[in-house]
Amino acid sequence: MIALTRRYRFPAAHVLRHPGLSDADNARIYGKCANPAGHGHDYGLEITVTGEVDPASGQIVPRDRLDALVAERVLDRFGHSLLNEDPAFAERVPTAENIALATFAELAPAIAAVRPGARLVRVRLEETRKNSFETGEAR
Amino acid sequence: MPNVRLTRAVEFSTSLRYWNPELSEAANREAFGRKAAPHGHNYRLEVTLCGEPDRLTGMVIDLKDLQDVIDREVMIRFDHRDLNRDTPYFDKEPPTPENLARVIDRVLRAALPSGLLYGIRLFEDADTFVELIGPGDAA
Repeated sequence: MIALTRRYRFPAAHVLRHPGLSDADNARIYGKCANPAGHGHDYGLEITVTGEVDPASGQIVPRDRLDALVAERVLDRFGHSLLNEDPAFAERVPTAENIALATFAELAPAIAAVRPGARLVRVRLEETRKNSFETGEAR
Repeated sequence: MPNVRLTRAVEFSTSLRYWNPELSEAANREAFGRKAAPHGHNYRLEVTLCGEPDRLTGMVIDLKDLQDVIDREVMIRFDHRDLNRDTPYFDKEPPTPENLARVIDRVLRAALPSGLLYGIRLFEDADTFVELIGPGDAA
């Protein structure tokens, strides 16, 4: 298996608060992350794509196509925004787990459309240097 | 005794340009943009072996022996070289990290005891890496 990983960053704000729960329950579950005024992170994002290496370009996917897709569908959308207001988090709390899952769901079909056989296999999200979250196939 | 994975990392610096000699100059510039111009990278290579620790020494491999193989097969071939002009691997394909990783995987796999190489990770820069896991050129 050969796979290419690209790293990106985006700064975003969020509040960990489930609208169906009381303030007391939110505070109990999410602690300081439930602060209604919000807080934010410089998210680090790793996108891993597998597939055949194209003989002419020597690449699994053209780098500029991948970068443009990630920018359009994730970085420009989530970056410099309050994640709670994004439709992806209308029904889900924008925890790092859910951001990683939403990113995977958003990118997987777009990456599959770039080249036959190209496939998103892993999304890794660093919320801080202490916390990171992965979805997809393990190494 | 269960298997253990161990990873040794090295860094090497090369010059290169993304260039497929089989394509026209215009096609290369179209495919690779700024990367078609001469530039350089500090590559980081992580070599991961997987095996059972020797009952006497407690080691999967003597790290000095692994470093000797990496020096001979990778560092002498690539460090402070030009990938296009000083190595024979990119006459028919461009030195993308995908292709360079496949060359490195092939030469390491041939030089190491059979079955010991688990995979490699080749960082072209801090934001781009290629992983090869399992038998070489399988993908």
